Parts: sequence; C-alpha cells; structure tokens
Amino acid sequence: MNQAVGLPDALTMPLAQIDVSDPRLLEQDAWRPYFARLRAEDPVHFLDGSAFGPFWSITLFEDIVAVESDTGTFSSAPTILIGDLTDDLPVDMFIAMDPPKHDVQRRAVQPVVAPQNLAAMEVLIRARVVDILDGLPLGERFDWVEQVSINLTTQMLSTLFDFPFEERRKLTYWSDLATGSPEMVGGDISEEERLTGLTDCLQTFTRIWHERKGREAGFDMISLLQRDTNTADIVDRPMEYLGNLMLLIVGGNDTTRNSATGGVLALNQNPAEYDKLRANPGLIPGMVSEIIRWQTPLAHMRRTATRDVEFRGRQIRKGDKVVLWYLSGNRDESVIEHADQFIIDRKNPRHHISFGFGIHRCMGNRLAEMQLRILWEEIMRRFQRVEVVGEPERVRSNFVRGYKTLPVRLHPL
Amino acid sequence: MPTITLIEFNGTSHAIEAETGKSLMQNAIDNGVPGIDADCGGACACGTCHCFVEAAWLPATGSADAMEEAMLGMRPDRTELSRLSCQISVSDELDGMVVHLPEYQM
Ligand code: HEM
Ligand code: FES
Repeated sequence: MNQAVGLPDALTMPLAQIDVSDPRLLEQDAWRPYFARLRAEDPVHFLDGSAFGPFWSITLFEDIVAVESDTGTFSSAPTILIGDLTDDLPVDMFIAMDPPKHDVQRRAVQPVVAPQNLAAMEVLIRARVVDILDGLPLGERFDWVEQVSINLTTQMLSTLFDFPFEERRKLTYWSDLATGSPEMVGGDISEEERLTGLTDCLQTFTRIWHERKGREAGFDMISLLQRDTNTADIVDRPMEYLGNLMLLIVGGNDTTRNSATGGVLALNQNPAEYDKLRANPGLIPGMVSEIIRWQTPLAHMRRTATRDVEFRGRQIRKGDKVVLWYLSGNRDESVIEHADQFIIDRKNPRHHISFGFGIHRCMGNRLAEMQLRILWEEIMRRFQRVEVVGEPERVRSNFVRGYKTLPVRLHPL
Repeated sequence: MPTITLIEFNGTSHAIEAETGKSLMQNAIDNGVPGIDADCGGACACGTCHCFVEAAWLPATGSADAMEEAMLGMRPDRTELSRLSCQISVSDELDGMVVHLPEYQM
C-alpha cells in the first residue's frame, strides 16, 4: 500500500477538519483511517468548507440506508456528486431526479437490463470474454486494466447500445469525460475537453437514433427508448437524451471496469482466498458480490436536504449537501463482520452497499454481476494464476474508486 | 405455527412452518427457500424479496406503505398481487397462505 503523501495524519488531526472529499485519499489509497475515525467518533460529520463547499458525511451503513429511503427530505436533485454541476452542459439524468419523474424514466429503460434479457445476452458476452482472454500473452508482463478491464466493459457497452464496434473506444472516453472534472469530483479533465467530447457524444448518438428509427425493432438501449411511449421523442430533448446515455455509459463502464481489476488485486493481496477459489470455483457468484463490496467502485452519492431536519441528533439545514459514503458503509463492522477483510465465501455476500439502496439502487446490478461472474469463470478455466507484478496506479477522484494501470503476468493451467 | 406454501417460478413448492412475528422474507430464508435474495436485509430498500400473494390471501397480508409502493414501482414484473416479503409480518391469520416467487429478483 502507498504511503500517504502530503495528507494530514488521520488519527491526530482535529476531527472537524477531516476532509474525505480530498481526491488524493483514493488516489493514494489512504482513505481507510479517515473513515474509520468518522465512523467511530462522528458518524454524521459536518465539514464547514472544502474545495466543494461545506457538506455532511454519512458514514454508517444503516444511516446511509435511512437517508436513501427518505427521498422527500433528501433529494437526488440537482446532482449526485459532491461538486456542483457546471452550467455549460446541464445534462438531465434520472439518477439525479426525484419521483415521479425519476420513476417514469427509469421504468422506460429498466427492462433492458432485466435478467430475462440478460440471459439472452450471456452467450454473446461469454464469447467476447473468451476472445479477450485467449488473446492475452502468457508469461509476460502486461497491463490488466487496458487489455482486459477496459476492453471487456467497452465491448459490453457497444453490445448494449448496438454501437459501431470499431468505434467502441469512444464510449470509454466519453465515460471518463463525464466522471473526471475537477469541479465535480477533483479529477483532472478540463472543462473544455469535457464539453467538446460530450457534444461529440450527443451528435454521434443523435445520428444513430435517426439511422435506427423505423428499422426492425432491436433489443439495444436505443431501440428500446424509441419504442417506449415515454421516451419515444427523447431525442428532441437533447440534454435528457444525453443524460440518459451518459448514465448508462458511466453506470456500465467505470464500475464494472474497476471491479474487474479490483478482483485481481484483492485475490493477490489475499492468497488464501485465491487458494479457496482454485479449490472450489463454485464460490464465484458469492465472490463477485464480495469483490464489488471490497472495491466499492463508486465511493459516494450525494443528496441535498429539501428542508431543515434533525438526523441522528444533528441539525441538517435546507439546501445542505449530504454525502453518502458507500466506501465507509461497506467497512462498517456493526453490519459487516471483518469488514476490512476480503472473504470470498461470506455467509451473506449480497448484503453490501456498493449498489446503493432505495429507489435509485443500481439499475445495472445484475448485469454487472453477470459480466464479472463470466469473467471469473473463464479466467479459472485458463489460468492457474493472474499474478500482480507491480503497484497499481489509482484514479484521482473522490467518486470513482478505480485504477489506471495494474501490471500482471499470467500463469496458464 | 402457521403453514405457508411458497412456490418457486419453476413450480417447486415449499410448505414451511412459519414463525409468527417474523417477516415472510426471514421465514423463507431461514427455511432455505430459494428465489428470494433480500439484499438489504429487510429494510424495504432493495426490492429483491418480491413475491406474488395469491389473491384470496392478499387482504390478510395488510397493505403496502408508501416506501414499499415506491420499491415495487421499480419492478418490471410487478402485478396487483405483488408484495415485498420483508414487509409481510407472519401471523396466525396467514395459516394456509400460498405465495408465488418471481422468475428473477432485481
Ligand atoms: C459493479 C458495478 C456497479 C456499481 C458498483 C454501481 C453502483 C451504482 C450506484 C451506487 C448507484 C446509485 C444508487 C443510489 O443513488 O442509491 C447506481 C445507479 C445506477 N446504475 Fe449502477 N453500478 C454498477 C453497474 C452498473 C451497470 C453495469 C449499469 C448499466 C446499465 C448501471 C446503471 C445504473 C443506473 C442507470 C443507475 C441509476 C438508477 C436510478 O437512479 O434509479 N450500473 N449504480
Ligand atoms: S429485503 Fe430488501 S426490500 Fe425486502
């Protein structure tokens, strides 16, 4: 694990000054003691000022569930990131809406990722996973993030949208743009680059929409939006169209990508768990849930208080930002035993908070699990070991908990 | 102890001796009935304990509150018989009840 550079000492600094929105915490993998201290000493924590303004931090599992369950008091509008929206491109996504508008929009796209549809996609997904794995070099060092995680999730996305396969890398790029600005999450992508890229995204998908219109009905996201009466004219509301696209692209990209990397890292850091897996590949479904918990690919979601409210004895004011730290909830010992450990055969592995809870609970959770399950099934058929041979490079963000690189070497069976 | 029958989507039937005061979800899990995930552990916050209560028994299970309504509303396969099993408290009145489990939870 990296040594924290330029960060205050979590254990001795004044409680009131702990700033868990500092994107270096994830970049340097230094976040654990800060959240542990908040959970123990000040689980509903107020920070008076940060690069993103003042905000509340909710750090216990059950408190996060309580906030997510009260959508009337804790609104998902105007945005679910700590940082405020920049005004140039006010994209409209249902993840950042409240009922009833949220429910209408979500219902329109949810059937795409219902398990029935997923079952029909499993064969295709498996074929793509097999292709990727069979093309990897054996016995030499390469970057798992680039060659497997990104490749895999990008292929998945192009399948979901029936996006031109040769141009699929654009999807990954757009996802990075949407989640990487300094104002919103402390990332390092400039506003200008972001605007140019997202405009290109909207234009590309608008073209695809018109090309596809009137064709025989497919089961990709675009065709489904066209067929549902609620969204049939969404292309005429460009910011809403772009918003939904970004939501599906980001939702299905960063998160699964970083779980695909995180699993390899977790098994290498916990060789006894890797042994368990080799002895019994039947543990894969439960392990997938544990990987998603351990990784917590999205560190937080934010709500905004719609009224003055007392919560766990603290006075939250109307308009305050209330940040739900999934990363911390997943380490809450009062709900998850040995929460800091990676254990692939937990008794109740699905009981984690990486997908959030309540009406915004991740729409793609079954899709993500299926992709990761297939990935590990096929890895175990081929490789004795995916060996990590160097330190990972991590993403600078307070939102995406992810990797830029992870050097590995493959040992065949 | 009321007897409750849970029928999986594939037709497999499980008659369980349910414990009163506990939720239907908890009873199903405790008896190893497959088809209910209950990811949130009964907090009415995940929707993965969805079930269909046979019409004759529906009134006896009580009615869904606003939160349950909201969660059920997100289910593509919701019908008028839909309930979240973590929100049904088992009582002696439910002796003989028949409940069907959905094809998938999500
Ligand atoms: C391991 C992978 C994933 C993780 C950890 C994850 C995490 C999350 C989280 C934390 C939320 C917000 C929950 C809340 O506000 O309470 C969410 C929402 C969402 N996710 Fe995922 N996600 C993953 C994969 C996916 C995939 C593959 C898709 C693709 C379809 C997707 C689509 C969405 C959508 C559309 C929403 C918005 C739901 C709403 O507001 O109603 N996610 N996800
Ligand atoms: S167990 Fe989560 S809603 Fe019933």
